[in-house]
Amino acid sequence: MGLLSKKDLKLITDPLADNNPITIQVLGICSALAITAELKASIVMSVAVLFVMGLGNLTISLMRNIIPSKIRIIAQLIVVATLVIIVDLVLKAFAYELSKTLSVFVGLIITNCIIMGRFEAFALANGPLRSFIDGIGNALGYALILIIVGFFRELLGSGSLLGFKVLGDSIEKTGVYAYGYENNGFMLLAPMALITVGIIIWVQRSRNEALIEEN
Amino acid sequence: MARNTESNLYTILFTTGMVVIVGALLAFLASSLKGKITENKRIEKQQNILYAMGVNENDETSVVFVSKDKVASEFSTYITKQVVITGTDVVEDDMAYLIDLKKETAAAKNENYQRRLPLFMGMKDNIQYYIIPVRGKGLWDAIWGYVAVDNQLVVQGVFFDHAGETPGLGSNIKERFFMDDFKGEHFLDGDLFKGISVSKGNSDPKNLDKNDFEVDAIAGSTITGDGLAAMLRKDLKMYLPYLKTLKQ
Repeated sequence: MGLLSKKDLKLITDPLADNNPITIQVLGICSALAITAELKASIVMSVAVLFVMGLGNLTISLMRNIIPSKIRIIAQLIVVATLVIIVDLVLKAFAYELSKTLSVFVGLIITNCIIMGRFEAFALANGPLRSFIDGIGNALGYALILIIVGFFRELLGSGSLLGFKVLGDSIEKTGVYAYGYENNGFMLLAPMALITVGIIIWVQRSRNEALIEEN
Repeated sequence: MARNTESNLYTILFTTGMVVIVGALLAFLASSLKGKITENKRIEKQQNILYAMGVNENDETSVVFVSKDKVASEFSTYITKQVVITGTDVVEDDMAYLIDLKKETAAAKNENYQRRLPLFMGMKDNIQYYIIPVRGKGLWDAIWGYVAVDNQLVVQGVFFDHAGETPGLGSNIKERFFMDDFKGEHFLDGDLFKGISVSKGNSDPKNLDKNDFEVDAIAGSTITGDGLAAMLRKDLKMYLPYLKTLKQ
């Protein structure tokens, strides 16, 4: 990557692993729990957040010198909300089908604390290009966890992936169901998303001891 | 920098400026796209109504509407008559499908208001369909749909949609595995109105029993399912006086 310096590249690779927004910074948990019952919803949400994060970080970074610090949170909220509404309106007019899929996520994106967190922690103090890259990097880190959680919840909870019945038909008793396997309905509920995220955190920390806080 | 971004005056000016810019931008965008959005919604309504009576391009498992460019001609071919029922009056109205159920429900809270009930009649393969629009509340937001019945008042097809049910759980009311279960269901037991419940424990997951007034629920979306059953009970009942005259 000749385009990005090593420091810039780190902005993308860091959030994917050692500084992951969900497992390390513990941001964006709400949406990670709410919408990961299916892999498809995870992917849609990830793409939407990627878009809003990149542009939002860029906008805030461009405005960073004129926003009064007293009302910076409100200003940040307005930027996110405006971006999301613009996207929603444009999709409704030109890609109605897609907007139907996204409509549920609009509210979740505006209130996603990763977005506010990155505005606050990064975009307010850094230049536009680096902020944009940081936004993309964090959104990818978020997407990674969402997709892992969505994968396991849909596989174990509904026995399917992206709607395809990969384990056979649970009602007709084909595939693995013929041997007495049952779907775990509990996986579809939010608490199991929390446990899945917990397991990811556990695996990650056991592999990298630098992440464990000292008491 | 010369500007003091922390002064009160600056803060107020900044806020005002931002609100004006953002407001103007959004208002401009919303009003310039309004025509297209309304048109998309109108097309969607036609697609939904046709879907309920079985005019669609479904494959094995997914929901596929008739395509956008064909929908106008298919709608005029299959939907033979649209009526508005007000009390005992039944008036033919080609724009009945554009009646906003949300506004009707709100207006009906006033006791003096005679609620207008739109009903669509369709004909496909020599079977007469009556398509009833329904609207109610899910877990987070509105849910709505269309129920197609034949002249024996047996459900022949449904379409449901929602504004904001939980993705992967309640949002599945618009999936085939849920909607298809309604085909063949009854909501009348002789003359008695029963509605159709969304049941968690009917031990009939394949939905073979069509006379139990129940369909199998979706795991993890009890409140959406209950809301859907309540919606069907409430709205189908309003059409009952008229529907019973068809059953002769």
